[in-house]
Amino acid sequence: MIFFWLFLTFLKIGAVSFGGGYGMISLIREEVLSHGWLTEEQLLRFIAVSESTPGPIAVNMATFIGSSQAGSAGALVATFGVILPSFLVILLIAAFLKKGMKYAGVRAALNGIRPVITGLVLGTAGILFLSTIANVQTIHDSVLLDWKAGIVFAILVVSSTAYSKFRRKPFSPIPLLLLSGIMGILLYL
Amino acid sequence: MCRYLICCGVVRFLIAFLWGIWMKDRRKKINKLFFIMLKIGLFTFGGGYAMIALLENEFVSKRRLMQADEFADMVAIAESTPGPISINAATYIGYRQNGVLGSAAATAGVCIPSFVIIYLISLFFDTFEQIQWVAAAFRGIQVGVVVLILSAGLKMLRQMQKTIYNMACVGLTMACLIICSLFAVTFSSVFYILIGAMLGLGAYYVKWLCKHRKTEAKK
Repeated sequence: MIFFWLFLTFLKIGAVSFGGGYGMISLIREEVLSHGWLTEEQLLRFIAVSESTPGPIAVNMATFIGSSQAGSAGALVATFGVILPSFLVILLIAAFLKKGMKYAGVRAALNGIRPVITGLVLGTAGILFLSTIANVQTIHDSVLLDWKAGIVFAILVVSSTAYSKFRRKPFSPIPLLLLSGIMGILLYL
Repeated sequence: MCRYLICCGVVRFLIAFLWGIWMKDRRKKINKLFFIMLKIGLFTFGGGYAMIALLENEFVSKRRLMQADEFADMVAIAESTPGPISINAATYIGYRQNGVLGSAAATAGVCIPSFVIIYLISLFFDTFEQIQWVAAAFRGIQVGVVVLILSAGLKMLRQMQKTIYNMACVGLTMACLIICSLFAVTFSSVFYILIGAMLGLGAYYVKWLCKHRKTEAKK
C-alpha cells in the first residue's frame, strides 16, 4: 500500500510543480507531513541534502523520501512517479503540439499560476521561519524564541545579501549550507 | 509480495528498455545521448537553470546538434510545463534527437546519477544523524534551508512583472497559506495553483471581451 501512496503522491507533485526547484516545496511539505512520513525538521534536513547533491531537487526529494519509507523499491516508485507527468507532457508537446506553448490561453493560465507559485514559496518560507525560529506551528503555541537560530538566520541573511551586492551574483547554496552548518556546530554543540 | 511484483516489473521494464536500445540501428546515437545526459546529471548542482547552461554548451556550442533558436524554444517549454526543468529539457532534447526511445534514454540518463547518490546517502543518513556534532550542524543547516527557500521566493518575486494583480495574488496566497497553517486547516497547494490558473484564464477572457466590444463599437 505504501508503494501506491508514494507513487500517487509524487505523481501529484510532479504534475502540478511549475517554476522548477522550489516551486513544489509547499506541496511536498503538506503531503509529507500529512502522511506522517517525515517531521518538519527531517524535511529541512532532506532539503539540505537534496540541495547539496547534483540533480533536480524534486527527483532527489522523491528518491530520499521513497527510500526512507520503503527502501530501494520505494525510492524507485517515488522517483518514477515524480518524473512520469513531465515526461508524458513534454513528449506530447514535442510530438504533436510544438506550438502549444504559444496559444494565448495556455500563456494566460501560466500568467495566473506564476504569482501563486511565488506566493506559495514565500508563504512556505514564512511558515518554516515561524516554526524553526519562533517555535510556532499553530496559533495555540506560545512564542518561544530560539535566539541561536535567530543569530544564524541574521548572519546568513546579512552575508548573502552582502555577497550578492558586492559580487553581483547570488550566494550559491552549498557555501551557504556549509556556513550554516559551521555556525550550528559552534552554537549548539 | 508487493515489493517482489514491483521489482519484477522494474526489471522487465529495464530489460525491454535495454533490448530496445541494443536492437535499434540508432543505438550508437542513443548511447551517446544517454552518456551526455549522465554526465550532465552528475555535474549539475543548484537546480534547473544551472543545467540549462550546461545543455546549451553541450548541444548547441560544442556538438551543434540543435539550433540556437530551437534551444530557446525548448527552454521556454521546459519552464512553462509542470515538473523539474532539467527533466523537461532532457525529455524534449531526447525526443528531438531520437524520438521516444531517445527521450527515455535522455531522461533516464539525467536521473540516474542523482538517484544513485541520494539512495546511497539515504542508507547511511540515520546513523550519520546520530553523531552529536552532525546533529548540531544540522540545527544550523535547518535555518540555512529556510534562508534558501526565502531567497528562492524573493528571486521569483524580482523576476515577476510587478502589476497590482500579480502583487495582490502573491500577497493573498502567502497570507492564506500562513493562516491556514497556523489554524491547522488543510487546504492543498494544488487548489491554489488551480485557482491561479482559472484567474489567469478569466482575466484573459475579460480582456478579450473588452477588445471585442471595442472593435464592434467601431464598426
